[in-house]
Amino acid sequence: MSTQAMAKPKMRFLRKREKQLNRSVAGNTFLFVIMAICGVFMVLPLVMIVNNALKPLDELYQFPPKIFVRNPTLENFSDLFTLMNGSWVPFSRYIFNTVIITGGGMLGHVICASLAAYPLAKNRFPGKKLLFDMVVLSMMFSWTVTQIPQYLIISWLHINNTYAALVLPAWSFGMGLYLMKQFMEQLPDSLMESARLDGASEWRIFWQIVMPNVKPAWLTLAIFQFQQMWGNTGSLFLRDEQLKPLQYSLQQITAGGVARAGAAAAVTFIIAAVPITFFLICQSNVLETMTTSGMKE
Amino acid sequence: MAMTGNAPGNVTVSPEALEIAKKQAKLSYQISRNKASYAMMAPYFILFFFFTVLPVVMSMILSFTDFNMLEWPNFVGWRNYIKLFLEDDIFIKALKNTLIFAVITGPVSYLLCLLFAWIINEFKGVLRAFLTLIFYAPSICGNAYLVWNLILTGDRYGYLNGLLLKLGILNEARLWMQTEKYVLPVLIVVQLWLSLGTGFLSFIAGLQTVDKSMYEAAALDGVKNRWQELWFVTLPAMKPQLMFGAVMQITQSFAVADISINLAGNPSVNYAGATVVTHLLDYGSTRFEMGYASAIATILFLLMVGTNKLVQKLLGRVGE
Repeated sequence: MSTQAMAKPKMRFLRKREKQLNRSVAGNTFLFVIMAICGVFMVLPLVMIVNNALKPLDELYQFPPKIFVRNPTLENFSDLFTLMNGSWVPFSRYIFNTVIITGGGMLGHVICASLAAYPLAKNRFPGKKLLFDMVVLSMMFSWTVTQIPQYLIISWLHINNTYAALVLPAWSFGMGLYLMKQFMEQLPDSLMESARLDGASEWRIFWQIVMPNVKPAWLTLAIFQFQQMWGNTGSLFLRDEQLKPLQYSLQQITAGGVARAGAAAAVTFIIAAVPITFFLICQSNVLETMTTSGMKE
Repeated sequence: MAMTGNAPGNVTVSPEALEIAKKQAKLSYQISRNKASYAMMAPYFILFFFFTVLPVVMSMILSFTDFNMLEWPNFVGWRNYIKLFLEDDIFIKALKNTLIFAVITGPVSYLLCLLFAWIINEFKGVLRAFLTLIFYAPSICGNAYLVWNLILTGDRYGYLNGLLLKLGILNEARLWMQTEKYVLPVLIVVQLWLSLGTGFLSFIAGLQTVDKSMYEAAALDGVKNRWQELWFVTLPAMKPQLMFGAVMQITQSFAVADISINLAGNPSVNYAGATVVTHLLDYGSTRFEMGYASAIATILFLLMVGTNKLVQKLLGRVGE
């Protein structure tokens, strides 16, 4: 503790651990310069979205296009809200659909994938390797060609044109299980063994010991799955307008052509802002685990 | 205990009986434990079977047919595969492009993900979350192609042309995406720019789970600088994430299509930007030749499986 307290105030933005180990000033400077240069290029799409959303119509059509806005306005957003109010299906309905599809698809997937990952990572039973290999290999088969058989199966199960057609397949995506399994594998066996000796059931071990210890993993998975589900317009499986998600209706607005360019810029902003907000919430919590959990081993 | 109660005279239990009882207890424990395991996996794998295993198997079967989405498929044996390799020149070109693309972007993207995750891990607090966002921005914003289309516009108002003209490097605007020799290199650059995605975030999370006390122990053991620390402590500790990142990288590098279609179009100029998946999309979604498209998917699948085997072997050597 004493070494941490003595740390130079200039270095406060670095994590405490690093100060104790050998970190050269030259190395730090080098890394910061790299970060700064690359950061400028990486942040470009973000900058553009924000600026476009604030541009009045004449600036949106300015040629050659400029990145930065000169006369920022919120007109685009008010235009968008007017359009939303005039929509045939009440906009709250689209939001509700999105909550079910994105929220349900994400939560269900995190739970299903984590539950299945735990035995695969930590228990021994017949069929384990086969099941796991199947999941990893399935990610390598092109999604484009499986779409049609999948459509046939969804029709055959009579869940076409329901939320289930989007949500249930999402629960069994391959990536989530693989991610969770890899993180759970790192947990020391002693953690589970001692709980077993205390008479805890597997379910309880999963919920009270495994899941809190792999919090960074499921928060990351939640980000991936949220993004995936949020971007889904559902147009392949959903016919009823009342069932379609926000993404669909927003994209319909942008399809309105030149007159709606302003509203479209606002739409692009909203489509990006929602997952970004979710991302920031999850990422800052990934961080929190680091500072609070000292219970490894 | 019940036994001693029934036969008060005979207190000792024979060792054989004890052994059998132990074995039975162990077995029933194993079964009940596995029961829980199977029950936990059931929801996922039942859905997985219906929505992934069945469709993949059906596609593989369709690759031996002439399915065109209108008529009932006829079995054609290996004809699709023979046609792919012997008659379809564009497929060979697409395959070559994909391999060049994957061999360059795969390893470089992977190392970039690792490098940036590792640098960001040195920061803390809100700054760290924002830095992560900045580097993840191309993957989350959804307008990446719009940005690059602006940069690559073929007239002098395109940002790249404008810059190069101003600097005097070019004396006339170039049609970047309509000139055959520029297409693939530009696509590679854009892909590298987009590379901090899934692998990047999983590495960031993985770095969080590395046991902190290991760094202290390593410092005592004589690990001198951060590079040694990375190789001897951090990387071996996050091997599972490295494996995961590699698989994601393989699936992304070989299945590249979106950037080619959005920037160069499909078909692109003289198929300069054609990849296996753009070819597949051409047959699957434009011409509805699903049998042929399935054969392409199967070849791509085998290619990825083989690469994965190789990469996993290489990753086994990390930290040695």
